[in-house]
Amino acid sequence: MTVFGWMNDQLLRMVWLNDLVGQGVAAVGLDPASRLGGSVLFFVYDVIKIFILLSVLIFAISYVQSHFPPERTRAMLGGRSGLGANTLAALLGTLTPFCSCSSIPLFIGFTAAGLPLAVTFSFLISSPLVDLASVILLASIFSWPIALAYVVVGLIVAIVGGTVIGRLGLEDQVAAFVRTVPVTGEAATMTRRERLAYARDQVSEIVHRVWPYVLIGVGIGAAIHNWVPADVISALLGQDKWWSVPMAVLVGIPMYADIFGTLPIAEALVAKGVGLGTVLAFMMAVTALSLPSLIMLKRVVKMPLLVTFTGVVTLGILSIGVIFNAVTHWFI
Amino acid sequence: MIIKILGSGCKKCVALGENAKAAAAAAGKDAQIVKVTDFAEIAAYGVLSTPGLVVDERLLSTGKVLSADEIGKLL
Repeated sequence: MTVFGWMNDQLLRMVWLNDLVGQGVAAVGLDPASRLGGSVLFFVYDVIKIFILLSVLIFAISYVQSHFPPERTRAMLGGRSGLGANTLAALLGTLTPFCSCSSIPLFIGFTAAGLPLAVTFSFLISSPLVDLASVILLASIFSWPIALAYVVVGLIVAIVGGTVIGRLGLEDQVAAFVRTVPVTGEAATMTRRERLAYARDQVSEIVHRVWPYVLIGVGIGAAIHNWVPADVISALLGQDKWWSVPMAVLVGIPMYADIFGTLPIAEALVAKGVGLGTVLAFMMAVTALSLPSLIMLKRVVKMPLLVTFTGVVTLGILSIGVIFNAVTHWFI
Repeated sequence: MIIKILGSGCKKCVALGENAKAAAAAAGKDAQIVKVTDFAEIAAYGVLSTPGLVVDERLLSTGKVLSADEIGKLL
């Protein structure tokens, strides 16, 4: 085994933790191979692993992100347009710290500064979709090729989605007050100490925010993993069923959950033979589109633009699901 | 003085509001806390990330929940 493979197994996948929890489960008289023992093992191992990774990753990533406040992103994107600008916006979307309750002020600030809709939407799509922490968690639960493929297709959805929205000429579909907002605000400079404090605050805030989703997600994952028969799942979501991807997307869109909560469900579904594309499409639908964020967006854009945005992103996710299902054998 | 908390009402805005109240009380100032939830009004201050803290129409911070001590120093 290569050194990289070993590090990946022990540090990211935490094989040692699985062994340890397995021994613990056996010590209290449960067989890890039995249904109940298996569920307990899955639950305890996944919860501990996700919280360890989450804390370490959020800390490191927040430190990097503190260099890219939205004010700076806006300045970097200013005066640009075209495919290069969309690509840059999508990339910055993965780096800029983002909270869904900030998406509206961000949209207003970007648009008021004269950024084209195409660029703003590339940013808004990629920001929740391709999150640095979730990418590393994907690598932990599945593998690096799958995580990298997820990043690439996520960026493509953001770039293409933004470009399509730009081409449709919907610039007049923005609420009138948005254009009249003054463009002020400089990014404050931070010292190294402030960056470390910021990173620490982010860890505590994000862990506080997502822990219920993680517990619920792991609970559902454990239930699927050990209690739902594989033939029931494959009858509903099997790779030979044409409706598996559309159904995953339809179920995922109105849901509001954190990507950290959807990962354990994805893990259990893939183990039951559900197509990789179906599972990725589900995760993308949950994170990129949600009812609460669409309702907020409605306050600053008019209906045709909102419908176009939802439609373009949905189509993008559907195609990713279908394509990934067709090439699953490359990854698993 | 008038302290405005800019934000759509998420947890962070509530926390910032409470810290601001505590800071004003500690400084012995008579402060009125106003919650600004309207996006047009929030954006008018040039805020890109919420919550924002505005004291007597001056924008003091955005995107973070300052502690009561930190707010006290800014007042």
